[in-house]
Amino acid sequence: MGDPLYAHGVDLAVFIIVVVRAVVAFAVLLVTVMLMIWFERKLISDMQNRIGPNRAGPFGILQTLADGIKLFFKEDLVPERSDRFVFKLAPYLSILPAFIAFAIVPVGGVVTIAGHPVELQVADPPIGILLLLAMSSIAVYGVMLAGWSSGSKYPLLGSVRASAQMISYEAALGLTVATVVLVTGSLSTRAMVISQAPAFWDWNLIRLGVVPFVVFLVAITAEVNRPPFDLVEAESELVGGFHTEYSSLRFALFYLAEFMNTITMSAVVVTLFLGGPDGPGFHFLPWLWPILWFLGKTFLFLFGYVWFRAALPRIRYDQLMDLGWKVLIPLSLGWLLFIAGLRINRVWGFAILGALVVVSPLLYRAVRIGRERVLSESRGPLQ
Amino acid sequence: MSDWTDDPTGGDMGEATSTPTGERDGPSGKEGLTLPSEVVGEPEAKQAQAHELEPDMSQEEEAERAEEEAIEKALVAETSEGDQELSPRSATPKVELFKEAGATLRIPEGSDSDIDVEVSDDQTMIINMGPQHPSTHGVLRIMMELDGETVLRTKPVVGYLHTGMEKTGEELTYVQGATNVTRMDYLSPLNNELVFSLATEELLGIELPERAVWIRMLLSELNRMSSHLMWLATNGMDLGSTSMMIYGFRERELVLGFFEKTTGLRMNHNFIRPGGVAADLPDGWEEDVELICDTIEASLLEYEELLTGQPIFRGRTEGIGILDPDTAVALSVTGPMLRASGVPWDLRRAMPYLHYDQVDFDVIVGTYGDTFDRYAVRFNEIRESIKIVRQVVERMPAGDYRAQDKKVTPPPRARIDESMEALIHHFKVFTEGFRVPEGETYVAIESPRGELGCYMVSDGSNKPLRMHIRAPSFVNLQSLPVLLRGGLVADAIAVISSVDPVMGEVDR
Repeated sequence: MGDPLYAHGVDLAVFIIVVVRAVVAFAVLLVTVMLMIWFERKLISDMQNRIGPNRAGPFGILQTLADGIKLFFKEDLVPERSDRFVFKLAPYLSILPAFIAFAIVPVGGVVTIAGHPVELQVADPPIGILLLLAMSSIAVYGVMLAGWSSGSKYPLLGSVRASAQMISYEAALGLTVATVVLVTGSLSTRAMVISQAPAFWDWNLIRLGVVPFVVFLVAITAEVNRPPFDLVEAESELVGGFHTEYSSLRFALFYLAEFMNTITMSAVVVTLFLGGPDGPGFHFLPWLWPILWFLGKTFLFLFGYVWFRAALPRIRYDQLMDLGWKVLIPLSLGWLLFIAGLRINRVWGFAILGALVVVSPLLYRAVRIGRERVLSESRGPLQ
Repeated sequence: MSDWTDDPTGGDMGEATSTPTGERDGPSGKEGLTLPSEVVGEPEAKQAQAHELEPDMSQEEEAERAEEEAIEKALVAETSEGDQELSPRSATPKVELFKEAGATLRIPEGSDSDIDVEVSDDQTMIINMGPQHPSTHGVLRIMMELDGETVLRTKPVVGYLHTGMEKTGEELTYVQGATNVTRMDYLSPLNNELVFSLATEELLGIELPERAVWIRMLLSELNRMSSHLMWLATNGMDLGSTSMMIYGFRERELVLGFFEKTTGLRMNHNFIRPGGVAADLPDGWEEDVELICDTIEASLLEYEELLTGQPIFRGRTEGIGILDPDTAVALSVTGPMLRASGVPWDLRRAMPYLHYDQVDFDVIVGTYGDTFDRYAVRFNEIRESIKIVRQVVERMPAGDYRAQDKKVTPPPRARIDESMEALIHHFKVFTEGFRVPEGETYVAIESPRGELGCYMVSDGSNKPLRMHIRAPSFVNLQSLPVLLRGGLVADAIAVISSVDPVMGEVDR
């Protein structure tokens, strides 16, 4: 278990490899974010019959860089009524988890450098996927504190929405991850990738039934506040949401964190459900193909996110909560039980599935009757 | 205010929340800052408490603080809208509270009957939306009392785009008048010109040639299409569907292109004038109009796919902001909003003007009066407009495009070179204008937003003595407190958008 790199102790070469891995991942992630912002703007423009950024660099590819530089030179405003320390702290709380969560994503296979087996990922801690959950929980603090410390009403509303949304979707997220952990038998992301490696139909997407994948996809979309779940920063309602009062570099950090989260989460979906870097390889440059497979799959999701944004209106706050608590969490919980039953044997599995099929309509009916009663009681004075 | 904003560190926020209290005495605040009224007393007491919490504050700091507060108060007094603003419950008369809850015609007997006693002031927060807010359609300012995210009371504050156009109208001759009114409802300028011209012509008592009437109908319906498309676009934007916004603008562009070709301008055309229209339709206009109709008809199907069937969109709009027919009529709501509530009142059908009694079209009526119905009514009205436009193209008669009354309309350009009289008439019409017989009139048409009326009084001179526009957006806006009540902030956005206010018209 654990990273094979440390199996024979830590020497200078190992140290250098670790540092290089971290630096490369950091740099690549930053560049990817830059490209992602450009890609999103360009693709949405195409979908909307617009041209999009086309001034800075070829095809406007440097537009993000230009925007970043512009933001860097803007006045860094701290509102008078804000809690200054927390106000300044919040953007970092937001961006650091986004970086750290990417560390556990296996980007490629295992290569041998200077006699050491090196996994192409920044870290492969035994706690693996728990790190992701921990980091996405910390990211909530960034958003919540940003809104709270701004000392203004719109950010406050935004951050209340944000914390409620992120916390409730974390539950569905955790349950689906538990399903994956159940079949892998390990928390390590590397182990998850290896367990999906044998063939295409061993991918968790197919092995677990499509349900956990869909739940996970919806949950992370809500978790990273992408449309249609972007009510945290719903421009037409809350102006800018939690970052209304932010400007300059601090705003850039939030912006960066959002896109970095998108990329990280897409990579995590690929790792958990699509076999990560798994795919047919060739003898020519054998280390390259897994990386390309990984990038290709991740790109698919990034494209999907942009597509969501172009096509879907924004969901409402209470509907979002309903979706999380009344649909996704029961669904993922039921599916977890079903998969767990199947792990014992087929009889148990289908017995649980049958029980769920019987019980859930009853539960649904009970909830509905209860809600109607509440509604009919509350309707009186309002009319 | 709920308790999460009421802790000591949030004391500043508490002050911000009660700002409207302070602003209420705006007029008296101008007299000086030395006279704090009783209403202002409460936040001051809070601040005093805050002062006590910081014991070792030197004299200088205190003076500095006092100065800052004075500046802030002066700012508040300067930006205050006085009684227009939403004040806390305790400072609001009962009658107004009932009105906000929808009791328009009759205030319930016994004014100590409880209205909203279940929510006390300190659980709610007054939030200010606009005049600079992404989804207030210009400079509408809405003050909302929120309980969490639930909207309790609302008050639209208007006047930020006030340009005094009605008053200006009294200073301009009838010939110049159309230039003025066209800027009121900038999304349907031709309808504004139309109602002004109709009112003037009624006072003048002149007959229009057939072609002029049909051209007016064509333009009016095309304008309705462009206005509704624009509404679809902004509504999409408000609900977070950015693509709809671009698509709506794209299709509207076609119509504007035709307007530019016909009138020379994309907006504010001054094309429909007393006595007819300014010029004949350009060559090949039939093909252009046909192209517009075909394109928009096809893209409406695409929009249906993008929005109408979209579960998120349905969830956001169905059952939101319900306006029942009685309340709608009581609030004198008109236009698509009224029809969405199920009242089949369309001036084109009910009190036909131009030749609307000669064309075949349906009056679209909703069932539930919710936001989705208002969307559906506008959506299908575009289709009806296309239907009307097609009939107009078919039936467009040949002939003159303006009344050949030398006193009202300028002579044709060619005549000016030949005839001294024509030159004189031309000069007189554009400098002095024409005189309109004494009298008063009210003419109403169905603009894309509702009943657009023009009340005009003439004293026999070349300028109206009084020109008043009944702006549908302005009247429709007063239904907001009723519509928003009990909804969420997100619903509020959807509902404000579904009212389709154009601030230029509201504030004129």
